[in-house]
Amino acid sequence: MPTAPMLIQAESVSREYRLGETVIRAVDAVSLRIEQGEFLALLGSSGSGKSTLLSMMAGLDRPTSGAIRVRERNLAELEADELARYRRETVGMVFQSFNLLPRMTLEENVELPLRLAEVDRSDRQSRVGEALERVGLAARRQHRPSELSGGEQQRGALARALVNRPAILFADEPTGNLDSANGEQILLLLKEIQDSLGMTIIMVTHERPLAERFANRIALLSDGRLVSDGAQR
Amino acid sequence: MRTRDLSELAVRNLREAVLRNSLTTLGVAVGVASLVAMLSLGVGLQTLASQRLTRSGLFDAVFVTSQRNFRGPRQPPPPDSAAKRESRALDDDARQQLSKLSNVTEVYPQIRFVTDVRYAGKSESTSVLGLPDSSRSSGAFEGMTGKYFSSPTAEEAILQIEFAKLLADQPSSLVGKDLTLRYAERAALSKDADDEALLDSMMGSGKPGGISIVPREKTLRIVGITESDPSAGIGGFGGARVYLPLKTAEQLHVAQPDDVQAFLSGNPAKPSYMAMTVRVRSPKDVPQVEATIKQLGFATFSLLDATKSLRVVFTVFDLFLGLFGSLALTVASLGIINTLVMAILERRREIGILKALGATDRDVRSLFFAEAGAMGLFGGIFGVALGWLIGSALTWGTTIYLHRQNLPGVKISYVPWWLALSAIGFAIIVSLIAGLYPASRAARLNPVEALRYE
Repeated sequence: MPTAPMLIQAESVSREYRLGETVIRAVDAVSLRIEQGEFLALLGSSGSGKSTLLSMMAGLDRPTSGAIRVRERNLAELEADELARYRRETVGMVFQSFNLLPRMTLEENVELPLRLAEVDRSDRQSRVGEALERVGLAARRQHRPSELSGGEQQRGALARALVNRPAILFADEPTGNLDSANGEQILLLLKEIQDSLGMTIIMVTHERPLAERFANRIALLSDGRLVSDGAQR
Repeated sequence: MRTRDLSELAVRNLREAVLRNSLTTLGVAVGVASLVAMLSLGVGLQTLASQRLTRSGLFDAVFVTSQRNFRGPRQPPPPDSAAKRESRALDDDARQQLSKLSNVTEVYPQIRFVTDVRYAGKSESTSVLGLPDSSRSSGAFEGMTGKYFSSPTAEEAILQIEFAKLLADQPSSLVGKDLTLRYAERAALSKDADDEALLDSMMGSGKPGGISIVPREKTLRIVGITESDPSAGIGGFGGARVYLPLKTAEQLHVAQPDDVQAFLSGNPAKPSYMAMTVRVRSPKDVPQVEATIKQLGFATFSLLDATKSLRVVFTVFDLFLGLFGSLALTVASLGIINTLVMAILERRREIGILKALGATDRDVRSLFFAEAGAMGLFGGIFGVALGWLIGSALTWGTTIYLHRQNLPGVKISYVPWWLALSAIGFAIIVSLIAGLYPASRAARLNPVEALRYE
């Protein structure tokens, strides 16, 4: 059986923070290889470094040492504008606290990545409609985030992450602010997206049962170190 | 991000914190308004002064006299070439010649004489001056009691108020009444036998003719009483007290001091004038016209240099008014900096989200810049309108005050289009400079830290 092409390769990645005299190593020499189409769960307790690792792979932060290669390009060596372009074109992000802009309608929130990517106005409406259709929120496009439930807001955030048709979807505790029913609905959506679009999904969570149920592979972090990495079923 | 998207987002952000942004924009508007009001006052006063001076005829006129008139017995004749130049009489031929010069708009003679004026049994000796029809727009008759002459040949008179007071206790009651001028008319002697015999007995034979001086009377309708003196300054030699239309005054053929000289020079049938005023198209034409007239053999005088000094005074005046106005705008720019720095603190998370979605540092910087620029634009437009209103209120207040002092109203504030556009442009530039620091601070935010911000 042929193996899928390599998409992300973390090579001995470390991230240190300096607090006065103290140096805190949030991620400590982690090496990880992620293939295209994988659904990887980064599992760990609070402060284990999983969100920091995800931020570096998503191009929001840079490692203090080591390299993160995405399609052979080292993110640590990219200029700020190139890194922004990577976030705009290659990556979609979903956060624990949804992070929809409260002043905009759901439609405008989903349209925002298209504005940043300078997509033609004529294409935008159809792509926004398509993304909202996929997450089942086509009827709520004119609503503001405050008029939506937590589950709907997270589905809206997922539509925003998908609208630019990214290769990789990063989800940082996407069920953290949701009840179990809504949390499960979101993970079902992620799974469906992975299956139908062949998208690579990297999800940070501290809920092992959910990770075991939906992810193909679980990487366990503790105190910034990778302690186990294994495929599911 | 495209400019249209950037503008839409900036306007949306401004609308969201509408109270704070409106107050900041109002601060800019007040700054611009003070600048516009100050400069409009400077421009208005300058325009007013220039218009008054231009309309007064002081700066677009050349005063022409015959060189003979000024070469009195104690003055030596002009040296060298000037002596060789023909000394010309200022007669109707000269008037025709002067009016044909390029850039000359009007040539009129000085018709001025001292005579007796009779009204209701009173007799007063006073000076009379003929006014060209162009005096109508000189501004000297604004606010006068009554009206200007009905036509250039009307048998009408306008009285100077001090003279009118001599004739009646209530000067305004004179309007519509008639007065009588008694004057000496000059006429060329006809060459009949009696006259010639008389002339021969007086001056010897061989003289070509003579002039007669005949006392005459003329009744004129008083149409106006003026407080100002339209004949003061160049070409006036001080004020006259009774004014007639120039053509009416010419038709009187009043004997002039030059008539004796004309008679002695052997051409008594051709009247000459003491002086003429030559009006030119604009003050800048004065030197060229003046030089040409001198070459024709006349003496000239003009007041051009005074306008240059006036321009220097007003430029310095505008500079100081502008500096004071700019101070208010500087204070307003501090308001913009404050508002935008507060907005960064408030919108830290939003900046983080934008960056996570792929916004570049330049996108974030441009967004804050656009918001500062929009505040400058709206503040500038509103400020120009407010400044115009302040200027209009000043004009209105001044006019009321002047009317109470029985003076005509004036427009002391004027907002030309270049001032309006420059003020809006200046407001935008000041706002963008004020937005420099907040915008670059927002652009430098670390997205991970910004996303963590609650």
